[in-house]
Amino acid sequence: MAEIVIKNVAKRFGAFTALHSVDLTIADQEFMVLLGASGCGKTTLLRIIAGLETPSQGEVWIGGRRVDHLPPRERGIAMVFQNYAVFPHLTVFENIAFGLRMAKLPQAEVERRVKRTAELMHIEQLLKRYSGELSGGQRQRVAVARALAMEPDVILMDEPLSNLDALLRLEMRAELKGVLAESKTTTIYVTHDQVEAMSLADRISVMNGGYIVQADRPTEVYRNPAARFVGSFIGNPPMNFLPAQAQGAGRWQVAGLDFDGPAAGAAEFAIRPEDLHPAEAGLRAEVRVVEPLGPHVLVTAQVAGQPFRAVLESDHQISPGEILTLAPIPDRIRWFDPETQKAIA
Amino acid sequence: MPRALPYLLLLPASLFLLVFFFYPFGLVVVESLTRGGEWTTENFTRMTAHWKFSQAFWNTVWLAAIVVPVQLIMALTMASVVQKLKTGRSGLLYIFAIPLGISDLAAGLIWLAIFEQSGFLNSILHGLGVIDRPQLFLGYQSLWVIFLAVCLAEIWRATAIMMVIIVAGMGLIPKEYNEAAEVFGASRWQRFTKVTLPLLRPSLQTALILRILMAFEVFAVVVALGGTTLPVLMGETFQWQFQLQDRGIAAAYAMVILGLSVAFSLVVLRLLHVPKGARI
Repeated sequence: MAEIVIKNVAKRFGAFTALHSVDLTIADQEFMVLLGASGCGKTTLLRIIAGLETPSQGEVWIGGRRVDHLPPRERGIAMVFQNYAVFPHLTVFENIAFGLRMAKLPQAEVERRVKRTAELMHIEQLLKRYSGELSGGQRQRVAVARALAMEPDVILMDEPLSNLDALLRLEMRAELKGVLAESKTTTIYVTHDQVEAMSLADRISVMNGGYIVQADRPTEVYRNPAARFVGSFIGNPPMNFLPAQAQGAGRWQVAGLDFDGPAAGAAEFAIRPEDLHPAEAGLRAEVRVVEPLGPHVLVTAQVAGQPFRAVLESDHQISPGEILTLAPIPDRIRWFDPETQKAIA
Repeated sequence: MPRALPYLLLLPASLFLLVFFFYPFGLVVVESLTRGGEWTTENFTRMTAHWKFSQAFWNTVWLAAIVVPVQLIMALTMASVVQKLKTGRSGLLYIFAIPLGISDLAAGLIWLAIFEQSGFLNSILHGLGVIDRPQLFLGYQSLWVIFLAVCLAEIWRATAIMMVIIVAGMGLIPKEYNEAAEVFGASRWQRFTKVTLPLLRPSLQTALILRILMAFEVFAVVVALGGTTLPVLMGETFQWQFQLQDRGIAAAYAMVILGLSVAFSLVVLRLLHVPKGARI
């Protein structure tokens, strides 16, 4: 059992606050992805959980044990680093065995575990090589095998796929998901790649400016962003936002069209590009750029002077300069408070 | 033409080395193997037969055997500390590097000013009431004191060069290796011995070879502190060349120093060899 509880953790570097009071609970065997742009504090949070960074305040609990005062090796964790950190002076075998040797496991056990994890990661034929003789993808496999060999309660991964080329990343992503699900460890995975986050996570914690903005299941984060930032960060292309004028009694006017919306206050209209379709009545969009993407076509347009994107079926013949009327799917419309930037339920 | 250009640019320096280094070097080799125009090993047999040879040989070897390891440990320790510093790092490096700017003779003279009969050490001991009259520390009756003083002067003078090389080498090791070792259970000492030291091998090679060569050439410090009381190989070379005017035997001594240097350099290269593919 390795539930991870982060209580009120903050990290300041001099005058700069990398992490503002963060609270997060990660269930046993859960795959949690910390997602955000660079500088959002996701790596700092991971390093605090690992023990490579000391929090300025707050507590970290792993498996019911407070660990924030303990060195990394007493936390029952293993880690995969962004640049792999596969020791160049050791063979692949000794790299995978490193943690086991430090733990003074008997030689037979070391060999058994190295063999098993090497087979799992398909690198059993590389055991005698040095890291200088390996490709990036192979080094990545060694780094993962080294973590798995520890049979840890928690595996921490710091952008493990970011240095691989696109094709390899896709392949490793699927493989990691399978291997980690089987290993039954709790996983915390840091990435700035939303597709990676979506495809791997049980839950995603979207981070921005040192805060966790939303922590929820991938579809929830995608469909119901808790804040404007989440909508604008997740989704490719991201959500469209348009200003709305209150007409009273929960009626709102957006780009000359009337919608049902929040009962009172101020609000901003939001819709995902794929939740639009050409119709008789809808938002008047002036097409600027048309990008065919195979199954879909990405249309960049202007609505009420605002940039606006729509992903449409590719059988529509659209050309720049054309005027489209785009109807939003009613139950996919979201509203945000322009003041707090939070979603209005 | 562009392909030949780098070679052309290096040509003057290469020629300079060939003419002013390898040519005289060849002459010394010939000198050591000839006597009166005849090829012979007589220079070497006469050199080894002389009573001072084995003293000079073993003094030099022992000095190197004591000074170099002590310096290595000190340089590694200092470099590790400097590496951890967040501010004031370059300032400290400058301070540590000061002895590098002093010639070996000057270094010897500084330590002579400490150890001689009217030196600082005598003044301090007298001031403290430990002794009632100045002591002769560097006399021929107490060779080991001279030996110790030479060790001290050498350590003081030349540890910094090793440290500078090692600091540079440590700077080349990515931080992630140390962190990975930490996460995977290595203690501070284990991280040093199992990660830092092996990854530092190329720098250690450079530092050790440089330092061993310097140690076998020890001369001015010994002359300043002990005159000819403590014979060393380089001192004997000087003696035979200029005092005794026997260039053949002086050349033979030079060849012994060369042989030692080459042999120990090879040993260091061998011991600290980094296999292909195992480099950072």
